[in-house]
Amino acid sequence: MAHITLKDIAHSYTGESDNPYDYALKELNLTWRDGGAYALLGPSGCGKTTLLNIISGLLTPTRGQVLFNDENVTRLPTEQRNIAQIFQFPVIYDTMTVFQNLAFPLKNRGRSKTEIEPRVIELARMLGLEKDLYTKAQHLTADAKQKISLGRGLIRQSVNAILFDEPLTVIDPQMKWELRSQLKYLHKQFGFTMIYVTHDQTEALTFADEVIVMYEGEIVQVGTPEALFERPEHTFVGYFIGSPGMNITPCELQGNRIVIEGHEITLDCTYTDQPSSAKIEVGIRPEYLRLAPPQEKGLPVKIIKIDDIGRHKIARVAVNERIFHVVMPEISAMTGDHASLAFDTAHTNIYVNDHLIAGERP
Amino acid sequence: MIQKQVNQKAWFMVLPVFLLVAFSAVIPLMTVVNYSFQDTFGSNQFFWVGMDWFRDLMHSERFHDAFLRQIAFSSIILAIEIPLGIAIALAMPRKGWGVPVCLISMSLPLLIPWNVVGTIWQIFGRVDIGLLGHSLASMGIDYNYTQDPIAAWITIIVMDVWHWTSLVVLLSYAGLCSIPDAYYQAAKIDGASRIAVFRYIQLPKMQGVLLIAVLLRFMDSFMIYTEPFVITGGGPGNSTTFMSIDLVKMAVGQFDLGPAAAMSLVYFLIILLLSWIFYTVMSNVGEESKNGGA
Repeated sequence: MAHITLKDIAHSYTGESDNPYDYALKELNLTWRDGGAYALLGPSGCGKTTLLNIISGLLTPTRGQVLFNDENVTRLPTEQRNIAQIFQFPVIYDTMTVFQNLAFPLKNRGRSKTEIEPRVIELARMLGLEKDLYTKAQHLTADAKQKISLGRGLIRQSVNAILFDEPLTVIDPQMKWELRSQLKYLHKQFGFTMIYVTHDQTEALTFADEVIVMYEGEIVQVGTPEALFERPEHTFVGYFIGSPGMNITPCELQGNRIVIEGHEITLDCTYTDQPSSAKIEVGIRPEYLRLAPPQEKGLPVKIIKIDDIGRHKIARVAVNERIFHVVMPEISAMTGDHASLAFDTAHTNIYVNDHLIAGERP
Repeated sequence: MIQKQVNQKAWFMVLPVFLLVAFSAVIPLMTVVNYSFQDTFGSNQFFWVGMDWFRDLMHSERFHDAFLRQIAFSSIILAIEIPLGIAIALAMPRKGWGVPVCLISMSLPLLIPWNVVGTIWQIFGRVDIGLLGHSLASMGIDYNYTQDPIAAWITIIVMDVWHWTSLVVLLSYAGLCSIPDAYYQAAKIDGASRIAVFRYIQLPKMQGVLLIAVLLRFMDSFMIYTEPFVITGGGPGNSTTFMSIDLVKMAVGQFDLGPAAAMSLVYFLIILLLSWIFYTVMSNVGEESKNGGA
C-alpha cells in the first residue's frame, strides 16, 4: 500500500524531443492517495493507457519520476513494483486451469500452497468462478476469461495499486453492472488504491471518488463527479461529460453581462475585462436551460427538433446559427416553432480560451 | 412426404476432375499395386505371386535395416531442428532493421534446390578440396565421409539441419509474432519468469504452427532421397542407405519391380500412419480427456 506520486512526467514514444506534438503525455504532476478509487477518463488516444503503463512500469517515461511513498521507482521493473494491472482484452494462460491461472501471481512470488489455496477459493467465490475452478481456462466464455484476468489482478492482497485498463469492454452490459459493483465492494473491503481507465463517463462517474479527465496528453481536470458536472474547468470536460454535453457558445462579456447574438443576459457574477484577442465562451448544461412560451423573458429561439429519450425530452433549439440543447421534463407542453430560452444564471460558466474563469459575486 | 427431385447431371461437371485425379494419382498407384502382386523376367511377361513380395519384405533384413536407419534419421532431425528452430525464432528481433535481414537470411537455404544443397555439401566436405573437410583434416581430425559411416551421418544431418531448420524458424517466428503484447505485459505484472513465459504463453500459442512444422519435417526427412544420394550415394557400405535410396536401388538398379512396388506401398502406409499419429497426439496436447475425442 502506498500513495503514488507522478512528478513532472512526460512521455514521447519517439524519445526525447523538443517538439511538443511528439508527446503522448505532456508534462503532468499528480498524486494518488493510498486507498483512493480513481477513474481516468478521456477519449481514445488521449494518453490514458500510456499513463497507466508508466505507473505499472511497462513503460519508462521520457521525463520525470514515479514515486511510491517517496521512493523513486522510475527505473524499477514491473515485477518489483508490486502493482496489478488488468487489460482491455482477457489474458489467460491457456494450458492452465482456472485455479492455476488465479494462483499464478502468488506462485511466481514463492508463496506457500497453504496460503495460496484458501485465497484462490475465496476469490473464485467472489467472482462466481468456483464451479469452473478445475476446468482449462481456454474453454470458458469471454466473460469468464475476463473474470479470470480480474481475479489475477485482485489475488495479491498487498499490492500498491490495481490498475484497470478498460477492463469491461468485452463484457455484456448486464454483467458490467455486476462486476463494477463487485469491484466497488472489493475496494471498500480491502482498501486497494484503484485506478480505472475508461472512455465511458457513466463507468467513470459511478466507480470513482475522484475523476481525472485527460485530453490530448494533458490532464484537464481532477475532481469529484459533481465538480466535473457543475463546474467543468475546461470546455472539453463540459462537452465530454454529460449527455448531451454542455452548451458552449461564443459571447461578448462586459462585467456581469454577456451578449449572445445581440441578446443580453445578466449573470450573477462580475468578471474582469478580458483582452480583445481572447476567445470568450459561455457554457451551460442542458439541464439548466428552460424553454418558455415566446412571450416570456429570454432568448428568442427556434425549435429545430425534440427527441424523446424516455425519462426526459431533449430539445434542439437555435438562436440564429447557435445551437443549444435543452433538457425538458417529460410533461412540458410546448406548441409552435418558437420559444424563449431562459438561463439559470447560477449555473452559467464563462470560459476564456477554453479555461474556466471565476467571477466575483456582488 | 415430399419427394426431392433427383438430378444426377451435376456429376458430369466433376468428370474432368475425376479424369485428372485418375491419371495423375489413381492409375499410377494402381499400377504399383498391380506390380506388387506379380513377378516379371522382362519382355513384358508377368506372373501372379500373391502376397509373396510382402511376405519377403517383412522378413527382409535389408528392409529392416533401411527402416531402422530411416527412423533413426528422422528422430535425430526432429530432435535437433524443432528445438533449434524455436530457439532461433525466440532470439530473432521483433522490430527494426534486423527483421528483414533475419527473415531473408533464413529463407535463403529454403530457396536452393535439393540436389544443389547436396552438391554444396559434397564439395564442402571433401578432404582434398572442400573448405570444411580440408580444414578439419588439417586440424588433425579424422573426417572422411566417404569412408567413415559416422562422418557420413554427421555430414548428412548437419546438411539437413542447415537446409531445413529455417522452415521451423519461420513457422515459429510467425507463431510468436501473433501473440498480443498484452500477454507479455500481463506476465510481467504476474511476476512470471522467462521460463514461465515460454512454458505458459509462447509454447501454447505456437502449438498450431509447431504441429505443421513437425509434420512437414517428419514427412520430408522420412522421404529424404536427393541429398544423401548426391553426397554419399548410400554409403559407405549401406550406412546411409535410407528407405527411398534403397527403393530406387531395387526398382531402377536391380529392376526388381515386384519387390520395389511392395516396398513403395509399405513405405507409403508407414508415412501415412506416423503422420496420423503425430497429428492426433499433437492436436490433443493440453486438452482434457473429455474434450479430446479425436
